[in-house]
Amino acid sequence: MNLAAKIDGTHPVGLTIRGATKVYPGTVALKDVDFDIRMGAVNVLVGENGAGKSTLMKVIAGVETLTGGEIKVDGRPIVFRTKDDAVANGIGIVFQELNLFPDMSVSENVFMAREPLRFGVDIDSASVEERTRVLMHRLEQDIDPNTTLGHLRIGQQQIVEIAKALAQDAKILILDEPTSALSAAEVEVLFRIIDELKAQGVGIVYISHRLEELIRVGDYITVLRDGQITGSRSMEGVDIPWIVQAMIGEKSKDFSQSLCHEFGREVFRAEDIALPKMGGGYMVDHVSLTVRAGEILGLYGLMGAGRSEFLECIMAQHPEARGHFFVDGEEMREKHVAGRIARGIALVPEDRKRDGLIQIMSVRENITLSSLVQFTTGFHLSLRKEAARAAEFIKRMTVKVASPDNPISSLSGGNQQKVVIGKALMTGPKVLLMDEPSRGIDIGAKAEIYHKMRNLAAEGIGIIFVTSDLEEVLALSDRIIVLADGRISGEFGRDANAAEVIAAATPASAKSKNKDLVS
Amino acid sequence: MTLMSESAPAKSGSNTNWLLLLLKARTFVALLLVLAFFSVMAPNFLSTANAILVSKHVAINAFLAIGMTFVIITGGIDLSVGSVVGLTSMVAGWLVLNGIDVGLGWSIQFNTFEIAAIVCLAGVFVGWINGILITRLNVAPFIATLGMLYVARGAALLFSGGRTFPNLNGNPEYGSDTFPLIGTGNFLGLPVMIWMLIAVALGAAYIASRTPLGRQIYATGGNERGAALSGVRVNRVKMFVYMFAGLMAAIVGLIIASQLRAAHPATGEFFELNAIAAAVLGGTSMSGGRGRIAGTIIGAFVIGILSDGLVMMGVSSFWQMVVKGLVIIAAVVIDQAQSKLQARVALAQEVALSK
Repeated sequence: MNLAAKIDGTHPVGLTIRGATKVYPGTVALKDVDFDIRMGAVNVLVGENGAGKSTLMKVIAGVETLTGGEIKVDGRPIVFRTKDDAVANGIGIVFQELNLFPDMSVSENVFMAREPLRFGVDIDSASVEERTRVLMHRLEQDIDPNTTLGHLRIGQQQIVEIAKALAQDAKILILDEPTSALSAAEVEVLFRIIDELKAQGVGIVYISHRLEELIRVGDYITVLRDGQITGSRSMEGVDIPWIVQAMIGEKSKDFSQSLCHEFGREVFRAEDIALPKMGGGYMVDHVSLTVRAGEILGLYGLMGAGRSEFLECIMAQHPEARGHFFVDGEEMREKHVAGRIARGIALVPEDRKRDGLIQIMSVRENITLSSLVQFTTGFHLSLRKEAARAAEFIKRMTVKVASPDNPISSLSGGNQQKVVIGKALMTGPKVLLMDEPSRGIDIGAKAEIYHKMRNLAAEGIGIIFVTSDLEEVLALSDRIIVLADGRISGEFGRDANAAEVIAAATPASAKSKNKDLVS
Repeated sequence: MTLMSESAPAKSGSNTNWLLLLLKARTFVALLLVLAFFSVMAPNFLSTANAILVSKHVAINAFLAIGMTFVIITGGIDLSVGSVVGLTSMVAGWLVLNGIDVGLGWSIQFNTFEIAAIVCLAGVFVGWINGILITRLNVAPFIATLGMLYVARGAALLFSGGRTFPNLNGNPEYGSDTFPLIGTGNFLGLPVMIWMLIAVALGAAYIASRTPLGRQIYATGGNERGAALSGVRVNRVKMFVYMFAGLMAAIVGLIIASQLRAAHPATGEFFELNAIAAAVLGGTSMSGGRGRIAGTIIGAFVIGILSDGLVMMGVSSFWQMVVKGLVIIAAVVIDQAQSKLQARVALAQEVALSK
């Protein structure tokens, strides 16, 4: 594509970051990071969850300020105190979650909070509409500025978000996982738009987990691991094994070694689970799998691969899902979460804040919420028994808390996660479902949770855990199942190869398009 | 009660803890203040006769406020309770006067207990409809119960064509001559309705703190999704709270019909607002998940004493409304300050622990 330009190395550097360090209480998110954004090129940024990509982007977008280091735009040192400072310097960002108003029109969305005014009083809607039309023309999209945004497809909405950034004269455009929600055809449109923007001299920062896509679209690549740069070069000659090596490096995290034990009989079986997606197709596409007692099954896949949805199906969150589940060989027909918990299924949800905890309740009340039956005779709840059991599990999960009656929100992320796991364990599960069990917690707590998972498996609980951390899934699983587009696209044993796992996780639709480019 | 149970975690020493304790017990402090104020300012305020009179006024609101507290803790609201009071008092009046006419030239007459049971069922039924609207048909609680506010009031008016059912003295032949005693009778020196309030309040406090149902009510309001994923049957919990609120409204409808020996279709207008005010004054959070029955009762007493005391002092009813409004707003402002302070104290404890 831009081969000529690449070889000449004629891409001027638009924004430079030198020695960037960002310290949060308890963790260092960025350590001495150097990063250049070249104009008229796609600067790819890749790394695992928690590697510091989003922190770096937030720094560039003015959402966070650096603890140390400097940012230069066109050679001038600059400090972004607020988002507006960054916008004034021509930096636009499109977040993974779209920040749009579904009930407003496209043009209203594009000019949200920056509406041009007539005589400083009312909104100049004619101009808003005209300028939106021009932007849509620039992006070669046939989207009427007056359409209600919610009526557009996700891909089109993403383009509106890009238009919003361009409307602010963005010279640097940051795209965070732009393709995770797009269909293959929409990805093609996006790539065409990226090419056009490049030709117009816009510097693009492109963040994605889909490595083949990165190789196809990128001009320069920077790899982050644990807050440090582990590789930065022109995309020429870069292949997937190189990226994976830079992303994972040598074993850095403290994974507990497998406790050697025999697996028991099969405790859980899913047969032909299908969850229809809105607008056709399947979120979970006829998935069947089994777990044996004492086995840790890792479920790996990219965003939108249907991993969380599969766990939700097991937990009766999707009444429209079809298929059969078996626990200990008996079919699980219960329609309610309570019934499924009683059958020995427990879930540690992905989003601790939203799904896992009742923020205003105390640690004790949270940890016992799923097991209240154990302390109840008739309809009387024994607070004494409850307190004793809560104390037992707080100790067992090594939750650091001053008093069990303190609100859960006063705990650190790692301790909150231990409470969520404690709550699941108190129900006495045979099968434990864990969705991203190590997300958003510090390294020490991660190691503890890995250790707990090993111990639980050794006690004979079957564990299914979902993760998008490649290193985690490789080190922790007894068996790995990879999902892509809702389908099982690969199954690996303990000695799985990282590159193969990643290849299996790439959606088939994207793969076929990329094949000729990569090989 | 509030004071005792909540003072436990506060450690001796710093000023913050004292302040926090004071803020936590604010409704209780407010109660003591209004009591002290009116005993000085209003003559005869502390007499036994007056105390019983005030309690009777408070009780009407307290029943509704207890039901409302559960609803608000789940994160909902029930605007229909005032209208349900009117509707159920009309049902009571109809049953006492006419019984049920089966259309065969004779009618079924009921004794007092049967009448009370049927009226309560009517209230629970209205709550059940509210619950179905909210859980099965996904209507927002505000809208569902706003609609029910109109429907129930209209139904109450239709019962009698807008007229009052007078002379509800009951009939000894049917065993309904004890009907007026519900609102006017005394037992061991206290009015029957106060005994009923004590029983209901203890029952509700027991449900709230000592049953899984109570815990699940709090969990539902705190985080509905999280509660559902933890195995709480959120829809059942919601059905319960709206049906319970309907039951409370029916009890009030019964009491008022019995007290006045007449059932008027306009009975209970704006009662829902007083109930919400008492709950909020007692520390119930409108965003759900937080609230106590004891707090609500104290809140109802503060409001009741405030309005009766002002009447006894001869303050104009216009000023009464202003004062009531200010007290409610002040309560919520203090509530916010308390939450902030409490979060800071807990955080400080955790930080101290991690060092």
